[in-house]
Amino acid sequence: MTTRLIYFAWVRERIGTSEEDVELPAGIETVADLLRWLQSRGEGYQHALQYPDVIRVAINQEHVDHREKISGAREIALFPPMTGG
Amino acid sequence: MSAVLVPTVRIQRQDFDVAAEIAGLTQGRADIGAVVTFSGLCRDEQGALSALELEHYPGMAEAEIGRIAAEATERWPLQGLTVIHRHGKIAPGDNIVLVVAASAHRQAAFEAADFLMDYLKSRAPFWKKEHRTDGSEGGWVEAKETDAQAARRWKRPPSE
Repeated sequence: MTTRLIYFAWVRERIGTSEEDVELPAGIETVADLLRWLQSRGEGYQHALQYPDVIRVAINQEHVDHREKISGAREIALFPPMTGG
Repeated sequence: MSAVLVPTVRIQRQDFDVAAEIAGLTQGRADIGAVVTFSGLCRDEQGALSALELEHYPGMAEAEIGRIAAEATERWPLQGLTVIHRHGKIAPGDNIVLVVAASAHRQAAFEAADFLMDYLKSRAPFWKKEHRTDGSEGGWVEAKETDAQAARRWKRPPSE
């Protein structure tokens, strides 16, 4: 199944793209697994995700924590802590 | 029984008119005794900042602020609630965000507006990037621990 990944702010800048469609390999079950797998995809990803604890994640446009299962996610967004308001 | 309030949430590039937004909540009714508005503006940081650029997550920004606003209407007896958040490039002195909370009495309106802003700061998907007057890249604004703490103080229901 294809999953759309969306990146914002410095996560987007460091990875070098605002979104992409990926086929997640078997064994990627949680958000934490996804972050680990993405880091293996190149220097930009490594730079963006080197401190995974600070990365905030939304699945289908709702905040989730890193233990969340990602099966069935259409859209997963990764971004820094928010600074609106 | 009062009707269920549906908050107004708008994410927009253009400016807003505070007086018009208040009038939009109060016009034609006489049951509102208190309106609290909060406006957040762009500071120039002692002349160092030429603009803030606000990036947002279209779709989720509306959805998340809608969820926060709906929680506010459950926790306080509100008769009107409007939240507007701008995105794009914003110059010092210009508006960024507006919360208008209307209620029969002031305490609910004050608390709801305060809650909205604290939650919005830590949960609404917006990110500020600074543009400096000297032409240098100011970088992304860092989230403040004080904002996260401010949001945590609302964890306990107000009735307790």
